[in-house]
Amino acid sequence: MVKEWFHKFSQSSRAQLFFIITYVLVTCLGLYLLEDSASAIFPFLLVLLSLLILYYMKINVKLKWAIGFIIIAVMIPLSASQGSNFQAFMDVGTLVLIYVAMSLGLNIVVGFAGLLDLGFIAFFAVGAYTYGIFGSKQANHFMPFGHYPLPGDTFWIFIFVGAIIAAIFGILLGIPVLRVRGDYLAIVTLGFGEIIRIVFNNMDHPINITNGSMGISQIQPPRIFGYPIDTPSEFYYVALFIFILVIYVVKHLENSKLGRSWKAVRDNEIAAQAMGIPLVKTKLAAFAIGASFSGMMGTVFAAKQMFVDATSFTYLESTMILVMVILGGMGSVPGVILGAAVVIILNNQVLTDLSNWMTSLSTAGILNVPDALSPSKMQRFIFGILLVVFALYRTQGLIPHKNKKVDAERLKREAAAEPPYGNSEAKTNLEGSDS
Amino acid sequence: MNVLEVKNLTKQFGGLTATNDITMTVEKNSITAVIGPNGAGKTTFFNMITAVYKPTSGDILLNGHSLVGLKPHEVSKFGITRTFQNIRLFNEQTVIDNVLIGMHQHLKAHWVGTLLRLPSIRLEEEKAKVQAYKILKYVGLEDYVNENAGNLAYGAQRRLEIARAIAARPKVLLLDEPAAGMNPKETKKLTDLIHDMRTRLDVTIVLIEHDMKLVMEISDYIYVLDHGELIAQGKPDEIRNNQRVIEAYLGKVAAEND
Repeated sequence: MVKEWFHKFSQSSRAQLFFIITYVLVTCLGLYLLEDSASAIFPFLLVLLSLLILYYMKINVKLKWAIGFIIIAVMIPLSASQGSNFQAFMDVGTLVLIYVAMSLGLNIVVGFAGLLDLGFIAFFAVGAYTYGIFGSKQANHFMPFGHYPLPGDTFWIFIFVGAIIAAIFGILLGIPVLRVRGDYLAIVTLGFGEIIRIVFNNMDHPINITNGSMGISQIQPPRIFGYPIDTPSEFYYVALFIFILVIYVVKHLENSKLGRSWKAVRDNEIAAQAMGIPLVKTKLAAFAIGASFSGMMGTVFAAKQMFVDATSFTYLESTMILVMVILGGMGSVPGVILGAAVVIILNNQVLTDLSNWMTSLSTAGILNVPDALSPSKMQRFIFGILLVVFALYRTQGLIPHKNKKVDAERLKREAAAEPPYGNSEAKTNLEGSDS
Repeated sequence: MNVLEVKNLTKQFGGLTATNDITMTVEKNSITAVIGPNGAGKTTFFNMITAVYKPTSGDILLNGHSLVGLKPHEVSKFGITRTFQNIRLFNEQTVIDNVLIGMHQHLKAHWVGTLLRLPSIRLEEEKAKVQAYKILKYVGLEDYVNENAGNLAYGAQRRLEIARAIAARPKVLLLDEPAAGMNPKETKKLTDLIHDMRTRLDVTIVLIEHDMKLVMEISDYIYVLDHGELIAQGKPDEIRNNQRVIEAYLGKVAAEND
């Protein structure tokens, strides 16, 4: 009975459309009303859940993207905008977008091209320092010309400068590193990530480029038409803009000639080469494009924090992005997006809220939880358990990768309209000799 | 006319000589077989032609151009593709994607153009898919277009490897034990396919094979390797009765008692 009903529902796009719109409106209303209370997290999560429901719906793909965009760009900010938690929510939203874009970048390297990179955060650092140095007084220390900080209007150019410089670093890393494979590659990239961090931490002498462990402060906020962007709710849209760019690039490359050659190299290097795929060039492209996503988000990070120092780019951050990719599903774009969102929201919203709630319980004298057991201190413990569970029971990740299918019937029709394969003079017809 | 010429090709792994001083010529549009007992150096020989291994000495010429020192993907661009003894498909990808990867070097798409969604690239991609479908139909795999390559039956995987190789439109097609593990019916189909490819695709075929029935049936010319040495060459009938070949396969004593 329920099954039948569900089947009917999944067949009718109108019913699904009605459902998703009602769902979004109700949860957004809930968020709007509960915004000030401590339980605002529940409607917030429910609104986000709508995106996952949307993913599984069987409706027109373009419509799906449009609805998804409206939810992210309009509904969430709008319904959260009235309460005191608004900026906190938008801050989490921005972080989610930043990490989603980065894990999509790492997904190209690890998921598509099969190159385990344990130092991915280095490219994020490169992007962050690129804007950090020129968007603050820091550049005055070593640049022979120009006045710094550059005005915030240049931030928009720096998004792409950050992308390009990160891509160059990706290639620089790639050239020596791609001689090694598998475990060795992982170790070398890990080393690279640490080297970048330590170099940035020490480049204050002889020439002061990064201001060493003091970090770079007073980074200019971006400006658009003279209007400064300095609150999380505004950065949310900057991150969203780059996120859309990244999604566009990933979606178009995944099933293109380049995307296929990445996966070919991942599945079998020797066969890929025998089919004419240049190994080094293909791997470098993966490193460069993956790194550029990270570089772009690095500039946003620097502008958002208004401060950069090397402590933000530790090995743990690299692992975290890798966890997002593995948790979501290697090679699966929707999976990686979900993985990143889950990790960030769990880390920055759910566990924090849970800790606050438990503290409030203990101050009220209802329940006495020792400080050491507070959930926000158990992040790594929880992620460790999650990873073990996933490695045991769901190795493919939350949303496993699915190969894009072609319309075989259409190909059949089109192939039938053309002459058969090969030279027309051939005498024998193999298709008939099957009996 | 000779398409492929191999001159004094030697490969040593440390102290072990895998192939020693092999010279052979392959005529255009012929089917040439390379046979020999296990460990004779046949696959090493193929690996040198496709630049997986660099020869210790000697030269390989395709239409007069030397292939020694090229990278594997460059050899493929020159017009030599191969299948593998131990099947090397892209298992996690669909059957049609495997064939599309075979077409890699003939697709002009550049990633910048892909991102700009140039109409020419979309058209090229569409045409490539239709062509890939036709190739799959040719080898009899058109019902598995969307299947993952790794899920195919063994014989089908072997045919998919051939489909992928011919998608690259080679001048010379190297088949490394194409009939290994096939039942007689599948082998028969394969024999027909190899015959048909020669005429239909205007390709020169070199194959390594243990199935002597197949070899004797389709080869124009046969080279026999043993312990890395070229011990005999000739037309199928000459090889069938060659004393050294019989010795190599059956051992000296057995050959004498026969």
